[in-house]
Amino acid sequence: MTVKVRFFAVLKSLVGKSELSLDVEKGISFGQILGKLKVDFPALDKIMKEGKILVSVNQDVVGADYLLKDGDEIAFLPPFAGGSATH
Amino acid sequence: MTQEFIRIQTDDFSVENETIKLRDTSKRIGGIVTFLGTARDFSKGQEINKMDFEHYPGMAEKRLGEIRDQALKDYDIIEVTIIHRVGEIAVGENIVLIIVGAEHRQDAFRACSWCIDELKRITPIWKKETTPKGVVWVEEHP
Repeated sequence: MTVKVRFFAVLKSLVGKSELSLDVEKGISFGQILGKLKVDFPALDKIMKEGKILVSVNQDVVGADYLLKDGDEIAFLPPFAGGSATH
Repeated sequence: MTQEFIRIQTDDFSVENETIKLRDTSKRIGGIVTFLGTARDFSKGQEINKMDFEHYPGMAEKRLGEIRDQALKDYDIIEVTIIHRVGEIAVGENIVLIIVGAEHRQDAFRACSWCIDELKRITPIWKKETTPKGVVWVEEHP
């Protein structure tokens, strides 16, 4: 099955792409795929250790034991900075 | 109806038109509070040439809708508009607009303040600033 992975803002330049498609075996958990992505992208592993990156699946927060389904979308979200420049 | 009051768009918005639209939703509205965020030319000791906003389509709109729903539940207010621009924004231009209409001003002030804080906290929108020294993605905290 295939899952889509998206990277936003600063993560795009760190990883070198904005999205990718991954062919993974059925029954793989969110935690397992996170581990695989950290190996594939050491820069991602490094920044995630700082604890500021939120990772969503289908735009929601899920646990490491969530079993991915075909077509799921994983997104790596750095700290948000919306709003105005005037604090 | 929600889509009319919750938007993420590249185009600029008219504060006047949006205010009238919100005011006309109810004759019970007696006070309207507006927060308009604009792009300033200086941040953290750096001159800013321009900024770019990026969002996570779908999720960002969903979060703005949740903020509106929560504000309508938690405060004694009548209607909320939240509009955020994305893409390239020049210094001096509008970035974000929040309008809250209520029977009385105090609830409108409180809800408006809560909405912008919450927007910055939970909405997947990111800002890239271009300065004379280069480009930087901003981590901003309310």
